Amino acid sequence: MVEARLVQGNEACALGAIAAGATFYAGYPITPSTEIAEQMSALYPKKDGKFIQMEDEIASIGAIIGASCAGAKAFTATSGPGFSLMQELIGYAAMTEVPIVIVDVMRAGPSTGLPTLSSQGDIQQARWGTHGDHSIIALAPASVEETYLMTIDAFNFAEKYRTPVILLLDEIIGHLKERFLITPDMMPPIINRQKPQAGQEFVPYKNTQELIPALPDFGEGSRYHVTGLTHNEQGFYSSKPEIVESFINRINAKIEDNSEEIFRCNGYNVEDCEVLLIAYGSISRSAEEAMNNLRREGINVGLLRPQTIWPLNEALIGDACCGKKAVIIPEMNLGQYAREIERCAPDDVPVVSLPKVDGTMIFPSEIEELVREVLK
Amino acid sequence: MREVYQKIFRDNLPHIWCAGCGNGIVMSAFARAYDKLGLDKDKTVGVSGIGCSSRITGYLDLNTLHTAHGRALPFATGVKMTRPEFAVFVFMGDGDCAAIGGNHFIHACRRNMDMTAIIINNYIYGMTGGQFSPLTPFGSKASTAPYGSVDRNFDICSLAIGAGATFVARGDVYHTKQLEKLIIEAHEHKGFSVIEVLSTCPISYGRRNKMPKPMDLMNYIKDVTIAKERADKMTAEEIAGKIVTGVLHQSAAVEYNEAYMAMVEKLEVGKNG
Ligand code: SF4
Repeated sequence: MVEARLVQGNEACALGAIAAGATFYAGYPITPSTEIAEQMSALYPKKDGKFIQMEDEIASIGAIIGASCAGAKAFTATSGPGFSLMQELIGYAAMTEVPIVIVDVMRAGPSTGLPTLSSQGDIQQARWGTHGDHSIIALAPASVEETYLMTIDAFNFAEKYRTPVILLLDEIIGHLKERFLITPDMMPPIINRQKPQAGQEFVPYKNTQELIPALPDFGEGSRYHVTGLTHNEQGFYSSKPEIVESFINRINAKIEDNSEEIFRCNGYNVEDCEVLLIAYGSISRSAEEAMNNLRREGINVGLLRPQTIWPLNEALIGDACCGKKAVIIPEMNLGQYAREIERCAPDDVPVVSLPKVDGTMIFPSEIEELVREVLK
Repeated sequence: MREVYQKIFRDNLPHIWCAGCGNGIVMSAFARAYDKLGLDKDKTVGVSGIGCSSRITGYLDLNTLHTAHGRALPFATGVKMTRPEFAVFVFMGDGDCAAIGGNHFIHACRRNMDMTAIIINNYIYGMTGGQFSPLTPFGSKASTAPYGSVDRNFDICSLAIGAGATFVARGDVYHTKQLEKLIIEAHEHKGFSVIEVLSTCPISYGRRNKMPKPMDLMNYIKDVTIAKERADKMTAEEIAGKIVTGVLHQSAAVEYNEAYMAMVEKLEVGKNG
């Protein structure tokens, strides 16, 4: 019988990676993500995995892309400054369609900022940090158990869609210790990358209807070329406009066209509420408490809690906002997600940002106050 | 020889390089050495950075990774750690390896992971049109050093030795037999092996430095280099101004993946014992 125990968010992430079948970690120490590296350095030598501490974050993400090409499910963990350094190679992984997972335990920035204090300031960096038009998958868990399960989801999405996936923990979730009990029924199935079919001609970047080409491991006999240059289906550089266009469209469409499947969220009283809160990560817990307190007072508040940050399911968010007196987005940044919600919401629905960037969390009382104010 | 090239090159030639460029000479020497080594192409990975010379991986019929500028070694590290049984060859240019990739380079030397790094040193950033690199000789002209470079240059072989590489050699594109031999020896060495290859870029370097024709640079390389065996018998004065080629350094040290597996085994013994 498995018993509940106290586990920290970062530790749950490490355990989730192992449960997902990840066997390679490369990283560079940075607060508040370092516990993940420490966990992997202790666990992997005992579990047929490989851990390496690299000379910086750029090297770390380079190493995991190499490891993934060689067949490993691979990941790294970092925080703001390190996440910034990784951006070029996040673009490389998007361009070459190599599955990797990057855990970003968000701390307050910009620059060195507040290394030990929480933030949700990397929401837009996760989406647009690397140059050029690409899509991305980013997830944000709100509890320790969810961190474990969504780390598995992150690897599953990376493998299925051949893309870098960013797991956005905020410092509060990364360092939170709480009850942890994962039962078999909670476990998502494990997804592995699609391999080329035996006997069929292998075209490395074939544009099929599914939009996701098969990916052989190095060493399996399908020798091919991986390049960050724009490439044709064979994998070699091409600047022919029609090839470039169809390639860029494909690597965007393979994610955006599947946003319904990728975008996951929980809703509480979404349909019948007057005021809708939209919150993610640790702040969704403040929002949940605010909702419960207000409902006890007779104020009809609902909560939509995205687990997937990117890609957005714009239709779902638009529908959820429809007819509300107000939609409020509390987040530990200056309104990075609020802007996206505003884009999706009907024009006649006021979308109100509740930003905070002082290193402290947003308390339920702050949300409650704003709800009362908008209803005046 | 043709059959050797047919075996090792993909069928996407001609290559992109200018006439008189040294990159093709290095690639051919690699192909001949690779053929003699008799390795399994499926279990070989070629990794490169960004620049003219890093395009080599596109022409080799191996598992090939054309990475980002300066980052070839971290990618190679991830490959080799995941599959220690693979043969890994890394191709980098001088700016690629010594400037933007300099940090990765010294740490790869220190870790001593079993792979071969081939640094194609043409003294210049060729692809971007001739800016000076950390290996451009002091005083040479470049598009960003029109009056001669005031930036002191590295001796990349000394840097590699200082950083802990266990096999360090220098070859050049004039002495191709020697280069072929060095590539074989470097691969056969257990640990991180480095070969600096003095190469030619007539377009972006030669033309600015009074060596406009490809043969000018070839003659320069022929005259300036001296094999280690000969240099060892000469006085310091006699070899002043010369560049020594051959195996410059070889030492034994624990290889990274072997050290890792030894740690794993110890843990298993502890568990069972
Ligand atoms: S610019 Fe120089 S290095 Fe580049 S292909 Fe031409 S000759 Fe070779």
